[in-house]
Amino acid sequence: MSGGTSSRVSRFVPRNWSFAVLAVAVLLVPAFTRDTYILSIFAFMATRFMVVVGLWLLLGLAGQISLGHAAFVGLGAYGSAILVTRADVNPWLALVMSAVLAAAIAGLIGIPTLKLKGHYLAMATMGFGEIIHILLIQLKGLTNGTDGITGIPPLSLGPLNFSDPRLYHLLVWVVALIFFLLALNLTNSRLGRALQALRRSEVAAQSLGVDTSWRKLQVFMLSAVAASIAGSFDAHYVQFVSPDSFTLNVSVILVCSVVIGGFRSVWGAVWGTLLITILPEIIKRFNEDAVNLVFGLLIIVIVVLLPVKSGPLARLQLLLRGRERL
Amino acid sequence: MALLTLEGVSMRFGGLDALQDVGFHLHEQQIKALIGPNGAGKTTLFNCITGALRPTAGRVLLEGRDVTAWPAHRMCHEGVGRTFQHSRLFDDMSVLENVMVGRHARTSAGLLSAFLRLPRHRREEAESRQAAMDALWRVDLVDRADQPASSLPLGERHLLEMARALATEPRILLLDEPAAGLNDEETERLATSVRRIRDEGVTILLVEHDMGFVMDISDEVVVLDYGRKIAEGPPLMIQADEEVIRAYLGEELE
Ligand SMILES: Nc1ncnc2c1ncn2[C@@H]1O[C@H](COP(=O)(O)OP(=O)(O)OP(=O)(O)O)[C@@H](O)[C@H]1O
Ligand SMILES: [Mg+2]
Repeated sequence: MSGGTSSRVSRFVPRNWSFAVLAVAVLLVPAFTRDTYILSIFAFMATRFMVVVGLWLLLGLAGQISLGHAAFVGLGAYGSAILVTRADVNPWLALVMSAVLAAAIAGLIGIPTLKLKGHYLAMATMGFGEIIHILLIQLKGLTNGTDGITGIPPLSLGPLNFSDPRLYHLLVWVVALIFFLLALNLTNSRLGRALQALRRSEVAAQSLGVDTSWRKLQVFMLSAVAASIAGSFDAHYVQFVSPDSFTLNVSVILVCSVVIGGFRSVWGAVWGTLLITILPEIIKRFNEDAVNLVFGLLIIVIVVLLPVKSGPLARLQLLLRGRERL
Repeated sequence: MALLTLEGVSMRFGGLDALQDVGFHLHEQQIKALIGPNGAGKTTLFNCITGALRPTAGRVLLEGRDVTAWPAHRMCHEGVGRTFQHSRLFDDMSVLENVMVGRHARTSAGLLSAFLRLPRHRREEAESRQAAMDALWRVDLVDRADQPASSLPLGERHLLEMARALATEPRILLLDEPAAGLNDEETERLATSVRRIRDEGVTILLVEHDMGFVMDISDEVVVLDYGRKIAEGPPLMIQADEEVIRAYLGEELE
């Protein structure tokens, strides 16, 4: 291939048929259905997908666990809700401001916590998630407590009003797919290799010039931004936010989806997302209350019962075991 | 001026003095060996030089500049490369990718260029790939480039660690027991590689228990025993040193 725009585009978009197939398939969904229920499942799938891809970069690629990622989704959702309904900020600007806030908070809490390994990191991030959850409930003046915030307007852009579920589907999936593409590119880069290297051995990575503390912080902030943006989209779509959407439960399910999808490739995030969005819908048909039960059992089965020698779970266990010896 | 100078380097782990007041010079293009019985503190000294550990006392000088306790990644940028006694390869990457990680310090593409595959990043990737292949060539591992690192036999694992370190363009290369697990022929090949690397301008400090290899290859030897330097000098002198023989060599050389 020679010069010109087309080759430039094709280099940015790696020659990756799997990605093309995925993109075309999901973007065509609105051509086949107007069913708002199905479209709503897809809408949540898109935002979950963003969160899971971000978390995959942190956990799957760099090997750093976070059990507090629902909090970053919450920061995005509440950031948008508060800024838009209380301060009349433009929704897009609010989305960006919330993401910046999430990045800043991730930076602040990442500096001390990412020094920790294994179970300690898991507990520290879990603690952070719980603190945010409690703040969302307690800061009533700002968040309206357990009642949550209503009346968040749908997104719009010039003449396009994304309250139309099919239009929204296109918007949210284009954003999610772009982020996925960026993540694919990242894994195939100098920084992707550095993150993968430090997952295996921080000492070795450092000896090869990788500033591991900074790289871990960077990917933590990146995953927080992805989560926050996803939260903002959800808030505008549902037009309502409440603290129950951002619990430890959600954080655990997110981690599960990364583990189930596998650490081998960021494509694991696709399968993990499918599972955590489709499975609950199927279970709900039989029994509304069984969702948490089934997920709980699933986690127990995966973490405790399966005798694993290799694969993502073995990696997770290894990772939870902690610090490498010099 | 010496390329690397250690002054009174000491390292204490709880009640254990792993290193006590160790000092010596490493001159440009030297091959210097560090020997001593198990637990003498050789690996600990490597960790102190490369910033993996902060010595509890003493100074590490690089061309006269105090670099004591600089973070390890910064020491890499300054041209200090190392291998590990117990290999720390990135087992889930290919051989070539392992070496490409070694280009990290010599490349600069940031998050944005990686995300967008900007031309600068693609150029750097191509250069990294080339430099990594060169490094593999220097240790005779080119034909393994595309294999998973986990598939390498023990002897080649250390060669890969060397290639990875070479890719960082070190001025000083620290090798921790490079000949461990090698047969005679492989050890011979290793010696040839190490000499060639030195001839290309890299200064070498190595830890090794294979005395034949050490005496054959090094210009100078430092002997550690219980964390103290008990002798330093050219191989022939070390072989004749009574204290060294008592502490270490007697058993090994016979
Ligand atoms: N990170 C550490 N924490 C506590 N003690 C340590 C640590 N690293 C090394 N030691 C102790 O310091 C002493 C020196 O160990 P070191 O690994 O430097 O010896 P060595 O000369 O490399 O031995 P070998 O020939 O067996 O590799 C040993 O007693 C060891 O147990
Ligand atoms: Mg040792």
